[in-house]
Amino acid sequence: MRALSWAYLAVAYAFVFLPVVVLVAFSFQDGRLPVPPFQGFTLEWYGRVLGERDLMEALLNSALVAGISSLIALTLGFLAAHALARVRLPGSVLMRGVLIAPMTVNYLIIALGLLTVFNQAGVRLSLWTAGVGHVVINLPLCFAITYAAMGDHQRNAERAARDLGAPEWKVLALVSAPMLAAPLAAAFFLSVTFSWDEFIIAFLLTRFDVTLPVEIWSMLRSGISPATNAVGSLVFLVSVTLVVLLEVFVFRRTK
Amino acid sequence: MTAGVSIRAVTQRYGSALALDAVDLEIAAGEFVVLLGPSGCGKTTLLNIIGGFAEPTSGSVLIGGRDMGGVAPKDRPTTTVFQDYALFPHMTLAENVGFGLRMRGVARAARDAKAEEMLALVGLAGRGARRPHELSGGQRQRVALARALAVEPDVLLLDEPLGALDLKLRRAMQDELKAIQRRVGTTFVHVTHDQEEAMAIADRIVVMNGGRIADQGPPREVYLRPKSLFSAGFMGEVNKVPVKGGAAEFGPVAVPDGVLCIRPEAISEGGPLRLGPCRVVETVFFGTHLRAHVAPVAAPGLRLVVHLPQRAEVAVGAVMDLGATDFVVLEA
Repeated sequence: MRALSWAYLAVAYAFVFLPVVVLVAFSFQDGRLPVPPFQGFTLEWYGRVLGERDLMEALLNSALVAGISSLIALTLGFLAAHALARVRLPGSVLMRGVLIAPMTVNYLIIALGLLTVFNQAGVRLSLWTAGVGHVVINLPLCFAITYAAMGDHQRNAERAARDLGAPEWKVLALVSAPMLAAPLAAAFFLSVTFSWDEFIIAFLLTRFDVTLPVEIWSMLRSGISPATNAVGSLVFLVSVTLVVLLEVFVFRRTK
Repeated sequence: MTAGVSIRAVTQRYGSALALDAVDLEIAAGEFVVLLGPSGCGKTTLLNIIGGFAEPTSGSVLIGGRDMGGVAPKDRPTTTVFQDYALFPHMTLAENVGFGLRMRGVARAARDAKAEEMLALVGLAGRGARRPHELSGGQRQRVALARALAVEPDVLLLDEPLGALDLKLRRAMQDELKAIQRRVGTTFVHVTHDQEEAMAIADRIVVMNGGRIADQGPPREVYLRPKSLFSAGFMGEVNKVPVKGGAAEFGPVAVPDGVLCIRPEAISEGGPLRLGPCRVVETVFFGTHLRAHVAPVAAPGLRLVVHLPQRAEVAVGAVMDLGATDFVVLEA
């Protein structure tokens, strides 16, 4: 029975990770095609990928879009969560619902909607418009995480800060936000990973400067090669690093 | 720094509920006033109104003669010690205590010096680098007190500050609170539902019930000479015997009509107000005294609670001739 459960675990993990393992393994392929048989180990493709200007530019673009859009989503989400947790407003249940709603909408629909709006408003597509799209998908996430973390404990500390003479922005900056450091960091890192991996919105809302997933897609159109595997492995490495950082610095500490 | 507080006809309504009903109260500068009452009596509402956390529906609050209408908590000369301490967990004790000064633009060195001085005042000298989670409940409450006093408020508001502490620690902190108040001379307004705590620390107790002041005065006066049946019952155990036409259930008594209120410890064999022979129904040893239930022979249905000396040896069924040394007669 015990052996059976271990076998089940192994199969489940294999199912999830086999594609990634294959992708990473064939990025070291010493040959022109990333398919079996494995012809030997080389770092040639990594060297080529790291030397390619378009790819490196896209990587930088992705990092910028992920960082800036996550910071904006986090700030807006935190402020909205704080307001809805602290102030009793008419229709606050509805407001909460509307804030979380984009989470249930398909990214494709969001992208098409924004595309229409930008075209109507005459806004030219750029990394900024893709960033706006990422704020739209990450704001509900940041809102939900910080809202769930707010409790009476913070409320009382905020009251004490006000009582001691703190103006509202100092209450937020010196008391509320530091007390919520762990959930805020969690929301930020998750937003960054989502933005970093996101394709559909970035694809539809960028034009000349593109993010990494879009660049990879255009590479794929010219046929598969171990170089695409190498890029994929690098993207995966960044995502994994973010998740590990999140685990180590945020979830570990709050336990 | 210290200032008096004038509460003038303050009424607070929450929807149709009346939390405070035209309360008038004058608190002198440097006075230690305790607002005492059961939950829902309006004592915390009144404290919140003094601190600026709630605006009264009508009436006004003056601190040091200045009308506080529309003045936010941060701009009032008051600070509050909260029941759950409300310390900032991400700051050291020195940063916690220095927070109010930081908000007033005091430089770091001066802040730290003042914080150390305040921590010493509450018996936590040299612990400024620690964080709140390293402290016990009693120590946290001391830090909260130091933090509130560090900005030298005119009036310190204490919202059931000892409520979360165990009994022994609470009694010890009471004495300390009183000593600190003497030393700093600030006006203290303290809310509690514990009448022993109130008697231990107050210059004046204000007993509240149903949004009104039921009684007020020095502890001795409120306990021995209560002005209302509610305050008589809330300050401690009391025997209430209705008197009409100079007679109670157990016989004639020479007091005016009303409710005769006698504390259990005021009844003894030698008291001048005679209650007549009483049969002992039950006794329990309480350490400091022997608590007995007795029934007057003339009125076997009536039960009186009597505190007898701890060494008294009284058998159940015995008859004692009892009298009261101290009593009040209040309107029913």
